[in-house]
Amino acid sequence: MSDSPEAKCPSSDEDRRGFLTKLCLGLSALIGAVITLPGVGFVLAPVFARPKQVWRKLGKLDQYEIGKTVSVEFKDAVDQPWAGVTTLSGAWLRRVSENEFIAFSINCRHLGCPVNWVADASLFMCPCHGGVYYEDGEVAAGPPPEPLARYQVRVTDGFVEIETAAVPLTTNDRV
Amino acid sequence: MLGKIWNWIDDRSGFSDVVMPMLEHVVPRDARWWYVFGSATLCAFIVQVLTGIALAMVYVPGGDAAYESLVYITHDATLGYLVRGMHYYGATAMVVLAVVHMTQVFLHASYKYPREMNWMSGVVVLFVVLGMAFTGQLLRWDANGVWSVMVAAEMAARVPFIGAYISQFLLGGETVGGSTLSRFFAIHVFILPGLIFAGVGLHLWLILRHGISEMPKADQPVVPETYKEDYEARLEKTGVPFWPIAAWRDVVFSTLMVAVIMGCAIFAGPPTLGPAPDPANIHTNPMPDWYFWWYFAVLSMLPPELETYIILGMPVLGAIGLFIVPLLSNRGNRAPSKRPWALATVIVGATAFVVLTIYGYRKPWSPDFDVKPLPPEVVRSKDPGIQHGAVLVREKGCLYCHDVDGFGGHRGPELSVIGDRLDRGELVIRINNGGYNMPSFASSLTAEELRLIVDFLLTRTDHPDTDAGEDKSD
Ligand code: FES
Repeated sequence: MSDSPEAKCPSSDEDRRGFLTKLCLGLSALIGAVITLPGVGFVLAPVFARPKQVWRKLGKLDQYEIGKTVSVEFKDAVDQPWAGVTTLSGAWLRRVSENEFIAFSINCRHLGCPVNWVADASLFMCPCHGGVYYEDGEVAAGPPPEPLARYQVRVTDGFVEIETAAVPLTTNDRV
Repeated sequence: MLGKIWNWIDDRSGFSDVVMPMLEHVVPRDARWWYVFGSATLCAFIVQVLTGIALAMVYVPGGDAAYESLVYITHDATLGYLVRGMHYYGATAMVVLAVVHMTQVFLHASYKYPREMNWMSGVVVLFVVLGMAFTGQLLRWDANGVWSVMVAAEMAARVPFIGAYISQFLLGGETVGGSTLSRFFAIHVFILPGLIFAGVGLHLWLILRHGISEMPKADQPVVPETYKEDYEARLEKTGVPFWPIAAWRDVVFSTLMVAVIMGCAIFAGPPTLGPAPDPANIHTNPMPDWYFWWYFAVLSMLPPELETYIILGMPVLGAIGLFIVPLLSNRGNRAPSKRPWALATVIVGATAFVVLTIYGYRKPWSPDFDVKPLPPEVVRSKDPGIQHGAVLVREKGCLYCHDVDGFGGHRGPELSVIGDRLDRGELVIRINNGGYNMPSFASSLTAEELRLIVDFLLTRTDHPDTDAGEDKSD
């Protein structure tokens, strides 16, 4: 085909233009997909990954007094070295009896602020919007819709161990 | 020589041919001081870009080092204090100016035909700017910043069906950790600024395309069918070139604004960094930057059943509502005097904002963990039982929420004269059973403790006689 067929053959030129338009758009879409999809997958991966939860040692059994609630910290399931202190989670740990422990998440079930244990009043209190919980984690007052979340705790070889867990989202149905 | 160089540049770049005509486009001559807020917002954005780039050269967006790098920027780096301060006050300026600009445009109904899209692009940019303010606060990565991430994730988790996914996307996993800060950093320095650049570009292009609106006149309603011609005709007669006849006001106002930002940065400095984000040190009181306090107040006052709807609904409805304003009415009167509902909306909105902001700041929504023991002048009794009761009132947390003669929190009702209002039986019932926002203390108080607390409370009356409690205590 010659380079200037306008005069002779307008319809084939239209075809050609139409084809080239489609070709350009199609290839551009392909380029777009090729350069964005890996990145999108990379960024979205953590949303679907379910890190295996692990048991973390807290301390010797005899470190904890029966009836007392203390704050403990431990590393999250995914422990990235560049996370610094933010790789740590905190919990409120209470030794209930000789071998029985309860651990409460420090995240308020309202919007996630850190609850404080007020020992004299035997209450957990949240500094954000006034959420209050009884010592068993049940809601005592304020906006939280659910009791404090708990961690699994066990005693092995004289050590107290806690199982890491995802942040307790109020509506998280997947945990 | 310089002239030659300039001529070369001008010829090759087309500055005089292309850019000057844009700068000199004709604008209505009545575009006076009312119109300076938009350009000042843009100027504040430029402050943010420049100081932001400077900060990014030193700031380390990693969970382990971000806080340290901020401490370094604030205390050691040359001019770091100033740059961080400017970035902070620049952000405030941008939020404030954007809102003022929008209010002015709304009051003057400049969003009407043919400038609907100017308004819509502005609304999008406004929400992106708020997103910048929020993500920026998290980059401080002190305890407050880290806990704000949690709150953001929890709010996002309330979205039906996909909430959990959104919040795990924000967190970059299931907990706040190494990936979280990097994500917020990327959002704050790449994604949102990119959107702002694009949005502002479109916004400016639209201004050139449709021209700056005239001051509204009561006898000049917008009639789309004839508007463009009328506008052109009026401009022809009375218009002035934007540069420099109208632009000088923008420049003067922007200069003032930059001076204020600079002044604040020099004299007040950047916001203080809270404690490092150690999850075991949780004695922190997460509080957003001031322009979000009103929202904080709303969140604290809501009944729980409504909360999710408001947390999610308010921003979404707010955004949609603002976005469609020009679609609701794009013709007719522009003058505020003929649009009482618009005036009312602005007045009600502004009042609500101010009241809620003051409320959010003043009212401690939460227990006050730092209350001091009641001093003897307040206890007003030599009776050891009453004194013990006063100690218990603090120890058991009553004072965290209740005020007694100026000591204690304000979450619950004041107890200064509670002895006049309630008798022993009623007090016992309240304390034991709790109430709407008060925990029940039945299980955490012994009978003796309860008696001592009630004895003390019964001495809280309007007619303080120094030993009022003594006879009541037995
Ligand atoms: S986060 Fe605890 S009460 Fe709101």
